[in-house]
Amino acid sequence: MNIEEIVFYIFATALVIAGAMVITIRNPVHAALFLIMAFFSSSGLWLLLEAEFLAITLVLVYVGAVMVLFLFVVMMLDINIAVLREGFASYLPVAFVVALLMLLSLGLIVGKENFGLQTVGPVERAPASYSNTEALGQVLYTEYVFPFEVAAVILLVAIVAAIALTLRPTRQTKAPNPERQVAVRRQDRVRLVKMDSE
Amino acid sequence: MLSLAHFLLLGAILFCLSVAGVFINRKNVIILLMCIELMLLAVNMNFVAFSHFNGDIAGQVFVFFILTVAAAEAAIGLAILVVLFRNRNSINVEDLDSMSG
Repeated sequence: MNIEEIVFYIFATALVIAGAMVITIRNPVHAALFLIMAFFSSSGLWLLLEAEFLAITLVLVYVGAVMVLFLFVVMMLDINIAVLREGFASYLPVAFVVALLMLLSLGLIVGKENFGLQTVGPVERAPASYSNTEALGQVLYTEYVFPFEVAAVILLVAIVAAIALTLRPTRQTKAPNPERQVAVRRQDRVRLVKMDSE
Repeated sequence: MLSLAHFLLLGAILFCLSVAGVFINRKNVIILLMCIELMLLAVNMNFVAFSHFNGDIAGQVFVFFILTVAAAEAAIGLAILVVLFRNRNSINVEDLDSMSG
């Protein structure tokens, strides 16, 4: 067993344990923290697969942004865990059976016979001068520039949608209403008063 | 030596775990969203593994876009969740039956 396999099995074990904890643990805050652990271990595995840029992106984007958002929402909502856990034990057997059947059928396809070292041979490591970020950027800004722009638009739509969904106009707002300001007529506002000088 | 099968099996295990999670946490929307994130992670693992063993960078570009879409999905999903909790005071899936679906 060489060093690569040892690293793989350490990270894979951490990943599977974290995934199992996410779906079984009682407290949603702890589930979010275990999901962070899952992201960290898979980013370690991606480093092993020489996808350095994506590994760092996973930690930055997921752990740094998405999971913070998750934790923020979980802590902000005052939820009753006991009600949400109802029926946990009754769904457990069917979930176990479905997961096991899926794993068996997937295992038959992606096992050693089809994707072992005989069919997909070992890959030699890239030289130290190889830059994964550079290689990704080379194709991202040439061949995949249109999907890249579409991804940017999707992110913009997500920003606008998230704000539009959660923004709620407060009743105490002091903001002027331009529509009413434009519609104002002189006779509504100005009143000439005739009075004698003293 | 590590083979492609190692990573594909790991992705399969992770995917099955998250499918089981959808089954057993079917009342808690937050955990359901987390299970979806876990599923996407399993899929991404397959993409990165294939990309490495085939020597083709296109798989990593695909993961890049999946990460983008997943981040957008999580943001909108959580926004919907916040609005839902504001209106219903609950995130139980059983309470979401106003359309009798």
